[in-house]
Amino acid sequence: MTEFSRADVCAAAIADAFKDDGEIFASPMGMLPMLGVRLARLTSNPDLVISDGESVFLGGTPPLFAKADVVEGWIPFRRVFDVVAYGKRHVMMGATQVDRQGNQNISAIGDFAQPKRQLLGSRGAPGNTVNNRTSYWVPKHNTRVFVENVDIVSGVGPARARAAGPGASKYNDIHRIVTNLGVFDVKGAGDTVRLLSVHPGVRVEEIVEATGFVLEIPTDVPTTREPSLEELVIIREVLDPKGLRFREVPEPEAAR
Amino acid sequence: MTKPRDKQLTIDEVVAQLSDGMTIGIGGWGPRRKPMALVRAILRSDLKDLTIVSWGGADVGLLARAGKIRKLVYAFVSLDSIPLEPNFQKARQEGTIPEIVELDEGMFQTGLYAAAQRLPFLPMRAGLGSDVLVNNAWITTVTSPYADENGDFEELTAVPALRLDVALVHLNRADVHGNATYLGPDPYFDDLFVQAADKAFVSVEQIVDTAGLTVDTPVQRLLISRMMVDGVVETPNGAHFTVCTPDYERDEKFQKAYAAAAGGSDEDWAAFEQRFLSGDEAAYQAAVAEFRAEQEASK
Repeated sequence: MTEFSRADVCAAAIADAFKDDGEIFASPMGMLPMLGVRLARLTSNPDLVISDGESVFLGGTPPLFAKADVVEGWIPFRRVFDVVAYGKRHVMMGATQVDRQGNQNISAIGDFAQPKRQLLGSRGAPGNTVNNRTSYWVPKHNTRVFVENVDIVSGVGPARARAAGPGASKYNDIHRIVTNLGVFDVKGAGDTVRLLSVHPGVRVEEIVEATGFVLEIPTDVPTTREPSLEELVIIREVLDPKGLRFREVPEPEAAR
Repeated sequence: MTKPRDKQLTIDEVVAQLSDGMTIGIGGWGPRRKPMALVRAILRSDLKDLTIVSWGGADVGLLARAGKIRKLVYAFVSLDSIPLEPNFQKARQEGTIPEIVELDEGMFQTGLYAAAQRLPFLPMRAGLGSDVLVNNAWITTVTSPYADENGDFEELTAVPALRLDVALVHLNRADVHGNATYLGPDPYFDDLFVQAADKAFVSVEQIVDTAGLTVDTPVQRLLISRMMVDGVVETPNGAHFTVCTPDYERDEKFQKAYAAAAGGSDEDWAAFEQRFLSGDEAAYQAAVAEFRAEQEASK
C-alpha cells in the first residue's frame, strides 16, 4: 500500500470540491487550496481557469508559487470583481471563524467597534458569497474556528442569504468546508453545517470535540477517499516537491 | 506652438493643497504601488482629522499610527507577505480611529464608480446578508424596479458614492501635463480614484516627454488622462516600500523591519520613526539606502 500524508488527503479533498465545476475561474486563497485546485486541473477538471493570484491566467499548471510558462489571460483585481458578478468562479477562502449556519468571519474577533483582535477586514467575502460558489479551507479544525455564532459575518451562509431576499440568495452557494479533519457542507437541517466525511485515521468523536456547535452527523460517516497513486505522484513530483504543504498540515501525522 | 499647461509640483506643494478634515483617496492596492512619498509628506505635516479611503496597506498603518485619521473607509488592510498590518491592528484594537467604515472590496470599487460617474449610488449584491450592512447602518438597500425571472423584485445593496476631495496615486511614468502610465501587471483602480475626486495628484517614478509615454509600452497602459489631473510630482522610489513593478519590487526586508517596529514596543516604533520618518523625502531615501547597505553587509 502507498503511504500518504494528511496533507495529501486534504489536497485530494479540495481537488474534489472543484471537479464538477466545469470551465470556471478557480480562486484558491492559501497554500493547500492552491495545491488542490492545481491537482484538480491536472486530473479531474482540466478545464479549470487558474491564475497566478496576481494578474494573469496561467496556460499551464506550474508548481506552487512558480511563475507561469504560458499566460492565457489578464485578470487584474478589477476584472476579478467583474468575474465575481459574472458568476463563473469558485473561490476557496480561509476562515478565522465558521458558525453552525455556515457564516464565515475574516474581519475581526470581538466587538466590531473595538475588536479584541483586528484581522484582515471583510475583503471580498460578502460579495463572493452572494455571487459565486464559495468554499472554505480550515487547516486547524478546533473550537476557536468552529463557533456557534461568528463575531462578524463576512461570508454569508445560506440561512442569512435567504433572510436577505432573493437578491442575496439566488447565487449563494456555499459548497464545501474542507479541514485537516474532514469534509463538510452546509446542507444539514435548517441550512446547517453537516459532516460529509472524515479523513482516514480521524475519528468522528475527534471532530465533534473540535467543533463548537452541534454538527449534523449522518448515521454512517464515510471516510474521505485516499489520494490515488497518480495524485500522489503529481503532488510530490510536480506541484509541491519541496513539501510546502506540510507547513499548513504538518507531519508526522501519517494517515495510516 | 501652444501646449497644455505644465502641472509639475513638488511634494510639499501637493501637501500644501490639502487641509484638515479632507477626504483623501489613496490609490494602489494593499502593499502595491502606493503613493508613499506623498503619504510620508502627510505624516510630516500638521494635517489632521482626515477621512482616508483606501484598499489599505502601510499607507493606512502609518497614517493611523500618526493619529491623522478621523474616519477610515477600507475593505482590508494588509501587507500581503505579512497578512495583518500591525499599526492598523493596534489602532483598531485601541479604538483610536473614531469612525470606521469597513466595506466589501467590490463594494469599494462600486462606490468609486458611482462617484466617478457623479451618481449617488450604484446597486450590487455584495453586502447583502453580511455584517457590512449591520456595522454600516447608514448603507441601505434599493429594490429593483424590474421583476427577475421568478417575478421577484430583488432588493440590492445601494452602494453609496465614495466621493473624494483629493486623490493621491502613484504610477510609473507621466508627462508634465498629467498623462500617466502604469508599467506593471495591474492598473489597480487609480483611474477611478482620480475621477472620483475633486482634485487629483499623480506621483511617478519618472517624468518623460509625452511621446516617451508610448515609446516602449502599448497605449492601453495610458491609464490616466491629464484632464483628470491637477498636479504631477516626480518621486523616484516614491512607492517604497510597496511594489512598483517593473521599476522595483516590494522591499520585503524593509517591510519586515517596519512590521517588527510597528508590532513592537513604543520604543521600537520611536526608533523606527526617528531613523526613517523624522526628515524629508530625501532623508528617508538616504536612510533606506543605508538600511539596504547594512542588509547587504550582514549577508
